[in-house]
Amino acid sequence: METTVISKATKRTGPVLFADYKRGDGIKKALQMGRDNVLLEVRESKLKGRGGAGFPTATKWMLTAAATCPEKFLVCNADEGEPGTFKDRVLLLEYPELVFDGMVIGGYTIGAKQGIVYLRGEYEYMLKSLEDYLEQMRKDNLLGKNILGVEGFDYDITIRLGAGAYICGEETALIESLEGHRGESRNRPPYPVNTGYNGRPTSVNNVETLASIPHIMMRGGEWFATMGTDKSTGSKLFSISGDCGKPGVYELRWGATIRDILKLVDAQDTKAVQVGGASGVCLPESQFDRQLSYEDTSTGGSIMIFNKNRNMLSILKNFMEFFVEESCGQCTPCRIGNVKLLEGVEMIEKNEFTFEYIRNLKELGKTMQIASKCGLGQSSPNSFISILENFKDEIFNTNRNGGSK
Amino acid sequence: MSTEKDTRAPKAQQSHTIKKPETEGTIGGTISIEINEKKLTVPLGTTILDACKQNQIHVPTLCHHDDLCIAGVCRVCVVEVEGMRTLQASCAFPITAPIKVKTSTPEVRKARRHIIDLMLSEHYGECYSCIRNGNCELQSLAKEYGVDGYTFGHVDKPTYEIDNSSYSVIRDMSKCILCKRCVRTCIDLQEVGVLEAIDRGDKTHISTFLDKPLADVICINCGQCINRCPTAALRANDPSDEIWNAIDDPKKHVVIQTAPSPRAAIGEEFGLEAGNSMTYQLNTALKRIGFDAVFDTNFTADLTIMEEGTELLIRLKKALVDKDASVKLPQFTSCSPGWVKYLEHFYPEYIDNLSSAKSPQQMFGALIKTYYAEKIGVDPADVVSVAVMPCSAKKFECNRPEMTDSGFKDVDFGLTTREAAKMIKEAGIYLPEMPKTHFDSPFGDASGAGLIFGATGGVMEAAIRTVVELVLGVKVEDLFEQGNIIPVRGFEGIKYVELPLGDKVGPVPDILKSLVPNWDWLKGATLKVAVVHGTANAKKVMDDIKAGGKFSECHFIEFMACPGGCLGGGGQPIPTTLEIRQKRAKAIYDEDMSLDVRKSHENKHVLKIYEEFLKDGPCGHLSHKLLHTHYTKRGKYMA
Ligand SMILES: Cc1cc2nc3c(=O)[nH]c(=O)nc-3n(C[C@H](O)[C@H](O)[C@H](O)COP(=O)(O)O)c2cc1C
Ligand code: SF4
Ligand code: SF4
Ligand code: SF4
Ligand code: SF4
Ligand code: FES
Repeated sequence: METTVISKATKRTGPVLFADYKRGDGIKKALQMGRDNVLLEVRESKLKGRGGAGFPTATKWMLTAAATCPEKFLVCNADEGEPGTFKDRVLLLEYPELVFDGMVIGGYTIGAKQGIVYLRGEYEYMLKSLEDYLEQMRKDNLLGKNILGVEGFDYDITIRLGAGAYICGEETALIESLEGHRGESRNRPPYPVNTGYNGRPTSVNNVETLASIPHIMMRGGEWFATMGTDKSTGSKLFSISGDCGKPGVYELRWGATIRDILKLVDAQDTKAVQVGGASGVCLPESQFDRQLSYEDTSTGGSIMIFNKNRNMLSILKNFMEFFVEESCGQCTPCRIGNVKLLEGVEMIEKNEFTFEYIRNLKELGKTMQIASKCGLGQSSPNSFISILENFKDEIFNTNRNGGSK
Repeated sequence: MSTEKDTRAPKAQQSHTIKKPETEGTIGGTISIEINEKKLTVPLGTTILDACKQNQIHVPTLCHHDDLCIAGVCRVCVVEVEGMRTLQASCAFPITAPIKVKTSTPEVRKARRHIIDLMLSEHYGECYSCIRNGNCELQSLAKEYGVDGYTFGHVDKPTYEIDNSSYSVIRDMSKCILCKRCVRTCIDLQEVGVLEAIDRGDKTHISTFLDKPLADVICINCGQCINRCPTAALRANDPSDEIWNAIDDPKKHVVIQTAPSPRAAIGEEFGLEAGNSMTYQLNTALKRIGFDAVFDTNFTADLTIMEEGTELLIRLKKALVDKDASVKLPQFTSCSPGWVKYLEHFYPEYIDNLSSAKSPQQMFGALIKTYYAEKIGVDPADVVSVAVMPCSAKKFECNRPEMTDSGFKDVDFGLTTREAAKMIKEAGIYLPEMPKTHFDSPFGDASGAGLIFGATGGVMEAAIRTVVELVLGVKVEDLFEQGNIIPVRGFEGIKYVELPLGDKVGPVPDILKSLVPNWDWLKGATLKVAVVHGTANAKKVMDDIKAGGKFSECHFIEFMACPGGCLGGGGQPIPTTLEIRQKRAKAIYDEDMSLDVRKSHENKHVLKIYEEFLKDGPCGHLSHKLLHTHYTKRGKYMA
């Protein structure tokens, strides 16, 4: 995993998140507007969760706000565990004002007194600077009691280090982990908006989702919604890695095509693009005109580029090994299903398979997608199904001319 | 059985039952849904599974158990809910909206079959060489779904070493399907918590603290996990081979005592409905398979009442009359070895509250190798003493090093109800067809008071029947209709009862004359007692006592480790449900009603043994040597 600190020397540019913003402005604006108007503005923006699931943020906040309970929580999901994703890290390191202001605005809107950042264990190195930042906010009364003079608006933020498992990014497993339990996803319903951290209504939001909020406050939901596509408004950070000249984090409006991306990052001889990390889908060249959007190929931000020298079967094997290890082990389809899919890949690798068995495994994959308890198992067969489908010529060609590993 | 607020089970495994709306019963408290196109109305918050059950729609389950909080992990119970992208686990889905459910679509059936195939692929073993053959939920599920091969392969080597360190519970994790019922049983039902899933992904397995052998952790041997395990991953440590050897050895005189709970339940092992008492058929069957004598554990249950009741009266006198501050009250019962070990681990500072009286099993053991051996003229070294018990903890109990007061191991083998049934079947006997015979002399048939020890509240009821008569000099029937002490009966987890003794006391009976001159000091007193079953409930009561709450004011508390008392013990037939336990209880209480002698102090064999053998009476010198014991402060941390 990369852990290098990206310096802010190279100024980033982008339509929303990488645009100019002054710390505290969004909070001031939100406090002037009042809760209901904040919710209306967020609803107008049609902002959807950036953590992967794409649930409308305004709805989540409304549900949490509507829950009748004196104690509520806002959790910032900074677990960033999806392979190939590192955009939340950029936001936390370079744009903490957006993330934290977003958390204050969110807390104000849903009626929470406490915000919690669930920080990926590997990001421990940024803990000190983030804590310092929060301390500064307290000094400036952006946190603490009666924030910016608003009587009764008390709110503070704490940072908790993650347990180091991919599953802990899943919101209910995250809550389990926060409560000191083993990271396992919960049964739903009820949802965290009703019964979350410590049994209290809790809104779990991705770092990037929260970081979009201050800009929506400043420039309005309508402005935000003019960008992107009809169902995917605003912009998105993409963590682009793999075989390309300029990997990194880019902010683009939703709706860009894969081909646009490849051009932007200077990718040559691209054979395949994995959209959405290990749990996403793998697209061949024939599908490079597809759009990045919730309605077409959705992603929490990870885009991995593979050129013609890559062996698709080994890529798939890597993904499946990841899931075999990272499944929380709770439910049958995911715990054992991923093992079977990995075994299938190994059978193909050794050329000891029957097509009938591989078909069985694809059917099993479909069962895993609908019968697993949480998003991990539900999405883990995606690569298996898409790679075997989209690259069947390479994989099942006995000459194995897919290139070296 | 468990509710959200009083469980320690991880939230990931809890039901999060929707709170009943205040308007329940009126419109709004119920909701209209559709299952398989049939319109139904159910209370808000009902799970899909319960809604199906109430309407005779079968949905397969595996991790779900009515006694436990909900896990939602096996996924075998998935159904389709219209409009939802994924299938939903019906056991874990509370209905809060007017949903439409389908329980048998092609996707649903395929998913269930896949899930069964996956479980079988990692499940080591073959049914014909398995203790749960014929009574296994995984096997039944495979049958229900017509599994005729291993779609995704089958492990051919065990994945884990078998842990047979414990006298009571054997863990064979190669057969575990990770339904976590045992975890939930141990934490949620029993408040012990020695089992937990550890590691992730394909390495996930059920483990003890630091993966230690079960004998080296704070397991209380209650076996409740065995009763709820759907497979053979958990089983009791079975001594039947050694018992056969003893039976087949002509030099050995092999005797067996039968406890009341196995008799009320063993019929289930032979396909009978729960609630058919087999007491007298069992006598015949055990004799036919080669035991030399069959005795009734209720005899020593009656003896326990005499000893434990006397001990209580002594403690009360010391506290009330002698104002002896060192006397420990409330006195706790000590006949449930699971409870005893629980107390030793979790509340070691309270072991002096335990009655020093041994359990009926162990009292019998001590008498068999002394009084009985002498009476029949057999060298006690050649006597092999077996006990049919509803309990897996009894196996541990008879192996406690202090249980050798007869000069030998007092009880050689604890045999569970299930194992006894297995031996009987092995001998080619169909138990329900056996003629009825009585217990063997010199102990004969015992009283109904000893019998009801099998149900929660039974020890207390037996004690009250005796204490009331010995102290007040009246018939218990004059105070309680037919002598049935209804307030201490029933399956409520914790029962608290106050018994004002009134101003009239009777004369001190001869047998107690050496201990107390009169009962005047009990005039006007109110006896406060409580009845507790399931160690999760025991924890609540113990914490209350620690905090100086109302239970600390009690004089006598009956504790049983297992839900329902012994009739719900870890050695009883599988499956177990509240309904089954209730039927077993009914069988026990009905049998009590049918007996002529229903009070321990009226058991003539008991009176005779005080005349002939334990001549210095209850709590006298010899009974202290043979019938009483001491306990060990174990604590929560074991070396
Ligand atoms: C296996 C798994 C891992 C996840 N990891 C993350 C993560 O690292 N960060 C994140 O924000 N969301 C993650 N999610 C999504 C969260 O469950 C949740 O939907 C999200 O935090 C909600 O925030 P949003 O609405 O702002 O996207 C993960 C989901 C799954 C199933
Ligand atoms: S899908 Fe996988 S990660 Fe999710 S609960 Fe099941 S085993 Fe755990
Ligand atoms: S546990 Fe059940 S399925 Fe497994 S071998 Fe035994 S009887 Fe068969
Ligand atoms: S026997 Fe009782 S204490 Fe021991 S593991 Fe099983 S449930 Fe827990
Ligand atoms: S040991 Fe039995 S009860 Fe426990 S998880 Fe395994 S199969 Fe389930
Ligand atoms: S029975 Fe419902 S998930 Fe196991």
